[in-house]
Amino acid sequence: MRNYSLKDPDFNSARCARNDDRARMSNLDTLESDLLTAIDDAENETALEDIRVHALGKKGRISEQMKTLGKMTPEERQVMGPALNGLKAKITDAISARKDILAEAALEARLASETVDVTLPLRPSPAESGRIHPVSQVIDELTAIFADMGFSIAEGPDVETDELNFTALNFPEGHPAREMHDTFFFNEKEDGERLLLRTHTSPVQIRTMRNQEPPIRVIIPGRTYRCDSDQTHTPMFHQVEGLVIDKESHFGHLKWVLLEFCKAFFEVDDIKMRFRPSFFPFTEPSMEVDIQCDRSGGEVKIGQGEDWLEILGCGMVHPNVIRNCGLDPDVYQGFAWGMGIDRIAMLKYGMPDLRAFFDADVRWIQHYGFRPLDLPTLFGGLSN
Amino acid sequence: MKFTLSWLKEHLETDASLEEIVERLTMIGLEVEEVTNRADRLKPFKIARVLEAEQHPNADRLRVLKVDTGEGDPVQIVCGAPNARAGLVGVLGKPGDYIPGLDVTLSVGKIRDVESFGMMCSERELELSDEHDGIIDLAEDAPVGMSFAEWAGLDEPVIEIGLTPNRPDCTGVYGIARDLAAAGLGKLKERSHEQIRGSYPCPVDVTLDFGDTKPMCKAFGLRLVKGVKNGPSPKWLQDRLKAIGLRPINTLVDITNYITFDQGRPLHVFDADKVHGNLVVRRGKTGETIEGLNGKSYEIDETVCAIADDNGVESLGGILGGEPSGCTEETVNVLIESALWDEDDIAATGRKLGVNTDARYRFERGVDPDYMMPGLEYATRMVLDLCGGEASEPIQAGEVPENSNIIDFPYSEIRRLSGVEVSLAEANLTLKSLGFWISGSGDTVKVAAPSWRPDIEGKADLVEEIVRIIGLDRVPLTPLPRTGTVGQKVLTTSQIRRNKARRALAARGFNEAVTWSFIAKPQAELFGGGSAALELANPISHEMSDMRPSLLPGLLMAAQRNADRGFGDVALFEVGQVFQDDTPEGQKMVAAGVRRGTAKLQGASRHWSGASADVDVFDAKADAEAALAAIGAPVEKLQVYRDAPDTFHPGRSGCLKLGPKNTLAVFGEIHPRTLAALDLEGPLVAFEIHLDALPQPKSKGGRSKGALNASHLMPVRRDFAFLVGKDVSAEAILRAARGAEKNLIAEITLFDIYQGQGVPDGQKSVAIDVLLQPRQKTLTDEEIDAVAKKIIANVEKSTGGTLRG
Repeated sequence: MRNYSLKDPDFNSARCARNDDRARMSNLDTLESDLLTAIDDAENETALEDIRVHALGKKGRISEQMKTLGKMTPEERQVMGPALNGLKAKITDAISARKDILAEAALEARLASETVDVTLPLRPSPAESGRIHPVSQVIDELTAIFADMGFSIAEGPDVETDELNFTALNFPEGHPAREMHDTFFFNEKEDGERLLLRTHTSPVQIRTMRNQEPPIRVIIPGRTYRCDSDQTHTPMFHQVEGLVIDKESHFGHLKWVLLEFCKAFFEVDDIKMRFRPSFFPFTEPSMEVDIQCDRSGGEVKIGQGEDWLEILGCGMVHPNVIRNCGLDPDVYQGFAWGMGIDRIAMLKYGMPDLRAFFDADVRWIQHYGFRPLDLPTLFGGLSN
Repeated sequence: MKFTLSWLKEHLETDASLEEIVERLTMIGLEVEEVTNRADRLKPFKIARVLEAEQHPNADRLRVLKVDTGEGDPVQIVCGAPNARAGLVGVLGKPGDYIPGLDVTLSVGKIRDVESFGMMCSERELELSDEHDGIIDLAEDAPVGMSFAEWAGLDEPVIEIGLTPNRPDCTGVYGIARDLAAAGLGKLKERSHEQIRGSYPCPVDVTLDFGDTKPMCKAFGLRLVKGVKNGPSPKWLQDRLKAIGLRPINTLVDITNYITFDQGRPLHVFDADKVHGNLVVRRGKTGETIEGLNGKSYEIDETVCAIADDNGVESLGGILGGEPSGCTEETVNVLIESALWDEDDIAATGRKLGVNTDARYRFERGVDPDYMMPGLEYATRMVLDLCGGEASEPIQAGEVPENSNIIDFPYSEIRRLSGVEVSLAEANLTLKSLGFWISGSGDTVKVAAPSWRPDIEGKADLVEEIVRIIGLDRVPLTPLPRTGTVGQKVLTTSQIRRNKARRALAARGFNEAVTWSFIAKPQAELFGGGSAALELANPISHEMSDMRPSLLPGLLMAAQRNADRGFGDVALFEVGQVFQDDTPEGQKMVAAGVRRGTAKLQGASRHWSGASADVDVFDAKADAEAALAAIGAPVEKLQVYRDAPDTFHPGRSGCLKLGPKNTLAVFGEIHPRTLAALDLEGPLVAFEIHLDALPQPKSKGGRSKGALNASHLMPVRRDFAFLVGKDVSAEAILRAARGAEKNLIAEITLFDIYQGQGVPDGQKSVAIDVLLQPRQKTLTDEEIDAVAKKIIANVEKSTGGTLRG
């Protein structure tokens, strides 16, 4: 790289020596080429500014020459005027162009220095890493489906009376059906009352019917308890119950509601269902419901194949239950059904072991849980 | 309830295949749980005869057998059974055969240097019974070379149905046949039992004596058969009992068991020579005991129904016979009992004594009262046929109750409840084929249920019977009409809050847990619970004994479990119920979370972008505030108090309140003593939000948010630093500053706290940045200075601090 200073005395004297026209013109040519070279060689904006001042500043070389125009003859001026103006414009443009190039180069250099390793792994954001438990998600899914059919959500306490858990639901005292419930009891009180942990969500049927005028359409999700523990039974589990009470809803409506529910919940276009007569003290007639599934391949696929899978119990609300709630069973009728929330979650999402639901193992929650913003809706899809 | 196909066909004339029968049983409510055929596993086993049995040269207890298999040369088998002898006809397993009771496949083996080409099997080895005292010893004329399963009548499907408790009539094969016949799967072979005329009066009398108390026995039939020859029952009877898993005992006992399963009618037989005097059916007395036929002894009292003679209690009526008066092979005179017991008393006694018998199972569900005496006749017939002897006249104590339930049945009820159209004729035929009595004609008839159907109460039951038999698939799918409203309220405020809290916390990186509602008593006590009212009388384990007063013990333990698995940086939350007392109102909804290790909001553990520090009280406070904001709490109005429960670190915890008495949330680091008591390792921080404590949102006034008042005037910022005592709370300073000019002060940021050089001991420097937002006109310097002076004066006055110069 050439390295000289614009203030070099040789530079000044060598190019300003002659004084005749030709000499002047020749001087200008030299000045132009020197300036252009200097501009091209300018490494940064400061150097460029120095050149500008040297050439075009108040006392710059070109400016000084311009001042001499006034002393020239008109003829001389006619020659030198345009020449000097042309030089001034040329140098101004050259400086401007060089400025752009330098700015571009500076930007490139800055960008190059700013490069980072974009392959570096991120730290997951909280909204990405948190998970909703499948039980909560499935309750939201149920809510979305049944809200669309005009149902609202009812709830009741876990600590219940014998009356609401059994008697009002038409479980006779001492009947074997009571024993099948493996009830958790609290200690007997002084007045002889013995509270219990509800064995099903059905007491809420009674609470609802006693507190709300028909028509009634509710679903009742919640915790339920039975003293039983193995791979498929835990002492605490979740049930959801449905109840419809009005003056005309019959078993045909129940069938339709459950079919629509199963299609919507399992997200299949069609599904075969089978209703089998069964027995529950609080419904008459009572049925159990099987849905079509495929067990080949070791995994249960809902809505395909030739096998049956029991998923819920249902029936027309027993006249005694309607009567126990202060309604006339010859006027009011309706139906109810109940199923395990954990169980349908397992069926839909393929968890093998019920006990893991209540163990709070983060690996399990991360694997089977749902993203916080995946709120199930019918229009947006229940699940991804 | 188990039965074999041939047993069913004894009562049902049908051409239907096994598959059709199984399908129909399930579809009429007698759900088939399993169909098994023992012959499937026993196919390879053949009958073989032992020709020779020599002592094993090298073992005292072993013998070397030569066995005739019915084909080819005899095979050599080493056998250790004590009953192995020349001439025995038994069952042979050959190399390659799978022995189900041993779970092994046979191969040729050498036992103490002698080769053995198979084994002679015991009943246990073939899973026929628990018998393992010796090898199977068949009748001498059993055909050598024939399939053992076929010869023994094992090649037959055994059907097991899961019987619902309302169907006592189907605890007997006959009742099952009746249901199938009604459903069109064949014709019921109607039972009829001749009345056997006794040749002498029954010498033993029976009385029902319940004094003034509620009778536990409704009626009691009894008769003596003398001169019987008891012994093993015939093969067909033994085969049937064995097929359904019962152990044959002797003919008299086997007959009672047979009728129990054939007709659903339990009976009892006494050895008449061991009965002293007459029988009295009465309440037990405290101090009385009985040795049951099951080998166990029971102490009884007045809640238990006893059949007693002069010697004392001989039988627990309807549940269990007594050993001393039971029938043995030596019995020559037998008393046959057919009685009718109170269902509730049977259930209560069975529960109390913990006895489950086939008799209890039937009596507590309700045995056909009208079949009490016919059942006695049937048993007598079988005794006479199989054991000989001479029957007495039967006697009966008490009265069989009459069925007085006549149901007015409008046929329209079928359509009303089920939605299905059934013709009058079809409805009638269905009910009649099930044994119902129908009277009258027209739209409403009178119907009485047969005596064997105690479950039939009213109209709905009749609808069920009809729909069940004609088939539930005939009920038409009927869309449920839409309700009149759109946008009706689906969720309660509490439910909405829970959902919002849940998703807000998950969005802060928490994983949602669902932990048990019951916890160990010490944990419950530690968190303010453990009262007697909320303690389970029959917990499944001592770790699940008390209803939880707080979600924190469950979550803290869960966090520790994860840490023990190697995942120490966890954030867990739960939204659920806690129990303050045993009333419905005492059940409260709570959202709670714990963070452990370095599980902070921005991420856990080490990372190239910066390692996470340990969780601290401010993480918990931030979570609590975020969740409260999500459920609509007025976060700007919350006040921070220091009186968190003592499970928290006293200096690093707090409460968020709306007024001094309404605590919405608690937060903080867990107290070291709590960690120690629960055997936890920190760092652990937690919060708990009382969702029900937040006042209900206003129902009126609409959802308008009001106009935005965004001033066009430039706000002004001013910094202040105060020297205050080190125990002065930030809240006190901020409140004092905020109060200086409420209309002008839009925001205050506390941006620095400093203790150390330049600040006197016992003091700290607190710096705040106050944003003044003029509304009307730009503030003059004088106005700004006036506000600043007011701020300084307020802070100094309420905190005792000074402006730092």
